Amino acid sequence: MSRAALPSTSTDRGVIIAGAAETNALGKLPGYSTLQLHVEAAVNAVADAGLRMRDIDGVATVNAPGPVQVAHALGITPRYMDGTGVGGTSFLLHVRHAAAAIRAGYASTVLITHGESGRSRVGATPFPRGASSIPGQFEAPYGTAGPTSSFTIPVLRYMKEYGLTHEQLAYVAVAQRKWAARNPRAMFRDPITVDDVLASRLVAWPFHLLECCLVTDGGGALVVTSADRAADFRKPAVHILGTGESMDAPMISQMADFTESKAFRLAGQAAFTEAGITTADVNHLMIYDAFAHVPIYGLEALGFTAKGEAGAFIADGNTEPGGVLPLNTNGGGLSYTHTGMYGMFAIQEGVRQVRGEAAAQVPDVNISVVVGNGGMFATSGVLVLGRQPS
Amino acid sequence: MCPECGSADVEWFTASGRATLYSYVINHRPARGFEGDGPYAIAVVQLAEGPRMMTNIVGIPNTPEDLILDMELQVTFEQRGDVSVPLFGPAGAAR
Ligand SMILES: [Zn+2]
Repeated sequence: MSRAALPSTSTDRGVIIAGAAETNALGKLPGYSTLQLHVEAAVNAVADAGLRMRDIDGVATVNAPGPVQVAHALGITPRYMDGTGVGGTSFLLHVRHAAAAIRAGYASTVLITHGESGRSRVGATPFPRGASSIPGQFEAPYGTAGPTSSFTIPVLRYMKEYGLTHEQLAYVAVAQRKWAARNPRAMFRDPITVDDVLASRLVAWPFHLLECCLVTDGGGALVVTSADRAADFRKPAVHILGTGESMDAPMISQMADFTESKAFRLAGQAAFTEAGITTADVNHLMIYDAFAHVPIYGLEALGFTAKGEAGAFIADGNTEPGGVLPLNTNGGGLSYTHTGMYGMFAIQEGVRQVRGEAAAQVPDVNISVVVGNGGMFATSGVLVLGRQPS
Repeated sequence: MCPECGSADVEWFTASGRATLYSYVINHRPARGFEGDGPYAIAVVQLAEGPRMMTNIVGIPNTPEDLILDMELQVTFEQRGDVSVPLFGPAGAAR
């Protein structure tokens, strides 16, 4: 593996994930407020690292509730706060920003939390946006009903340009259910077929119910610190080898190209360059799958397949158990859980796979790549996680 | 300003109203106020002048068989609440 001479590659400048955990339960949790989900995840992640809450001096999360409410509830007065909120990928950006803050000396140990009462909506932020907002002016008048009816729009263009079939799109859900069947914490575990997917209720043609993510309650949290402390924790360190962030357009209609994600591509290039890796080095991959087409866009944007070939790549079994590129091994947003901002759960599975403690463990994961999207195709963060410091 | 070059030398002009069907979904979970319509297309059209925009397609059944990508469309306006919204129908169709 060739490595670029970047400061992050030296051990003394390295940054690790030292703690990672989810809430005790995921799914339908009407007894938990949004803030409680953050708190439980935070307590679990700090315990996972073998630290105490007073060891935390940086806090990052999305508004609302945001870092001030979370830190206050945990009894922390951090010297570093990050409230970056660019959708479900935000937590990948929090990891990136935490790495920079730790290198800069702004914090030594950053806690990143997610909690969302996506299903029960206890203490959740209301959905509708004002009529004068950009989506209020240019999307809502046409009867959009959340991401199911807008995130999904580009795929028909992709199907026409590249010949992706309805069966191939459906197979994305089939492949991920095979992983979910091996994961006791996954919400949906029963095997499904392409016919099952295509027979499920239409949500927004060409998307059926089984091609759309779940809506659940839950949370997760991470503890990020410097690699010189890698031996101090309860579990093997997960090294943050490279990170990237980028954006496309704030509305789906303005996306630069309906057949590819510019945000995935640019964030991926940044992360791979920093880590000094190519796709051949990647043993395990997570791509935020809010809908069945997103892993297809992710595989192509990061160069795992040529343009137009990712649908066939998945349908040929390459990403399922026993395949060459294990993808979304927790079952993904389609089968595992999806609170609304799923990025945290994609990171959690990447960490588990690198540590060797996943429910559906892939053998010998040296490098896991986590790809997040936010605001539908608006934003992306990418993380390269490694078992070794370089 | 122009996001390509930063120039402030921009102006309003009346577009031709011609467009092509760029991509769409047929929404089966109606938004509030759209419950009576049955499944309806939420489309993105490419204007003849270049920009893309979201819209609904009228004057033709909203089915996969009828809505063919790149078909030619023409703008029409419909009052929805206190706003007049640009919708698109098949080019050349009498309305
Ligand atoms: Zn210009």
